[in-house]
Amino acid sequence: MAVLTYREALNRAMTEEMEKDPNIFLMGEEVGHYEGAYKVSQGMLAKFGEKRVIDTPISENGFAGVGIGAAMVGLRPIIEFMTWNFSLVAIDQIINSAAKMNYMSAGQFPIPIVFRGAGGAGGRLAAQHSQSFESWYAHIPGLKVLAPYTPSDAYGLLKTSIRDNNPTIFIESEVLYGSKGEVPEGEFLIPMGKSDIKREGTQLTIVSWSRALMYVLPAAEKLAKEGISVEVLDLRSIRPLDEEGILASVRKTNKVLIVEEGWNVAGFGAQVAYLIQKEAFDYLDAPIERITQEDVPMPYAANLEKSSLPSEEKIIKKVREMIK
Amino acid sequence: MSQPKTKKETEDLLELYRQMLLIRRFEEASAKAYSMGKIGGFCHLYIGQEAVGVGAISALEEKDYIVSTYRDHGHALARGLEPKSLMAELYGKKTGIVSGNGGSMHFFDKKKHFMGGHGIVGGHISLAAGIAYASKYREDGAVTLCFFGEGAANIGSFHEGMNLAAIWKLPLVMICENNHYAMGTPEYRALSVKDVSVRAAAYDIARDHIEGDEVRKVREHVKVAVERARRGEGPTLMEISTYRFRGHSMSDPAKYRTKEELDKYKQGDPLIKAEKDLLSAGWAQEELTKMDETILKTVEDSVDFAEKSEEPPLGWLYKHVYAENV
Repeated sequence: MAVLTYREALNRAMTEEMEKDPNIFLMGEEVGHYEGAYKVSQGMLAKFGEKRVIDTPISENGFAGVGIGAAMVGLRPIIEFMTWNFSLVAIDQIINSAAKMNYMSAGQFPIPIVFRGAGGAGGRLAAQHSQSFESWYAHIPGLKVLAPYTPSDAYGLLKTSIRDNNPTIFIESEVLYGSKGEVPEGEFLIPMGKSDIKREGTQLTIVSWSRALMYVLPAAEKLAKEGISVEVLDLRSIRPLDEEGILASVRKTNKVLIVEEGWNVAGFGAQVAYLIQKEAFDYLDAPIERITQEDVPMPYAANLEKSSLPSEEKIIKKVREMIK
Repeated sequence: MSQPKTKKETEDLLELYRQMLLIRRFEEASAKAYSMGKIGGFCHLYIGQEAVGVGAISALEEKDYIVSTYRDHGHALARGLEPKSLMAELYGKKTGIVSGNGGSMHFFDKKKHFMGGHGIVGGHISLAAGIAYASKYREDGAVTLCFFGEGAANIGSFHEGMNLAAIWKLPLVMICENNHYAMGTPEYRALSVKDVSVRAAAYDIARDHIEGDEVRKVREHVKVAVERARRGEGPTLMEISTYRFRGHSMSDPAKYRTKEELDKYKQGDPLIKAEKDLLSAGWAQEELTKMDETILKTVEDSVDFAEKSEEPPLGWLYKHVYAENV
């Protein structure tokens, strides 16, 4: 089994898919000659040429729309946002055009497009460059939203997204690009709507996804040493959501903590909590708890940034309270 | 443009007149149905602008694409979409062109390369650039025609779409149907330029500007831009000056303009112009009246069809939110 970085796994997924299907192209700022702002598309211009790896000017709204228009006539674009923070100027195209086109046209114009790029908080990038948008996009019918944590999941889910006939929001974690993990040899796909138990446990379920797992998994490890057995469920796919996977784990452990990097108010964790209380109320031995980003724009100062985000300490403290 | 001289030219104008008249009668019937509460939502009529849509679309081949705005009835009819399925769509019936999912602002017909009526002002411009991009990518020789109003010329999407189309030399023809009002805001209060097409200079692309009251003249000018696009010489930004005789939509009494102004523009009604030209070329008034009667019957049939059609079954509510993966 090969050990790849998160960015290498994404690169391998795109390269393999583009080798198979000439309708796929990659478009975005610095994806070609610069080889990707985060080097995700390294080597791809040399391999596929300027026709299929296309540098754009700084025009997110424009090139998102170009991708959607091209998808209307059967091409399969991968549109890279240098970071998801910049997708906000393209959000009209994503919501009003990509998500709704198939519905408005009664199935005449499916939009097989992947919007992908760096997301999430951290790195002392401050208020405008450091935020998580999974909840925003998950709100919209017509979109699918993925947020993988491991290189292996990133590879398998990106391939599935590229082959999907719907607009997919594929949020990579900026701080995970260099993280390494085992990726099985040979091609494989991971279905959307299927969560993954990253750690088995019996006393409490932590539901989380993407970079927040960087805090959750070591916290679970430390809690295990105290004799507290935590199950860690990685959603991977925010929309569609693996409702059965979540409920099965809750029925086993009877306690739930949801840890997300995004904000609390109207955050996706609230939807997960609603699902659990509605479908597994009788199995709950404690109120559902959440740990999220604090309800503030991201500060720059290192200590304030750290204190605003979920952390191992916060998770350990909360789990101890819940297990008492 | 001079009057038609040969029999062929006259027959050609007659066909364009027929299309304009169909749009006029269809719109009048829509207005009536809207007033009776049969049609919901917004309903933006095209009355007065017919020569633009008919002239421009008649310059296209079947393989070419059309991207429209929320004021899409005229463009759709000019492209040959069935009046019955369009009227049924306005009524929100299952027999509508998009099964009642879209209504007035969202006509789509894949077979006719009619790529939608789009409701966000200017948002469709980059989509049109994307369709043109695909034509270039695939070398299919098709040209994309994109209609928009002068109000859209101030939105970011317009500028981004123009710049991308220009740097990639996309086969795109951009037609600004300047009807002088963005809803209730007159152009002089919103546009930094008097002529939208001069903005082409900012992207170093071709431009054109004409009055849109003569249908054959519109076609002639659009053809030049379409051929330029087909030769791979990139996009054109055209401004075609026109006027809507009704308000922005059915719910707009249009009190922001004077009766004198409206009357002045009605003198330039493209249908009256075409009719005069046909009569001077020797066409008999009775023939034109007969044509009108046939069109009225077609429109009546479309209303009848819409009235009698069923509403979409409730089970269709979730249909088409997602496309199937096959």
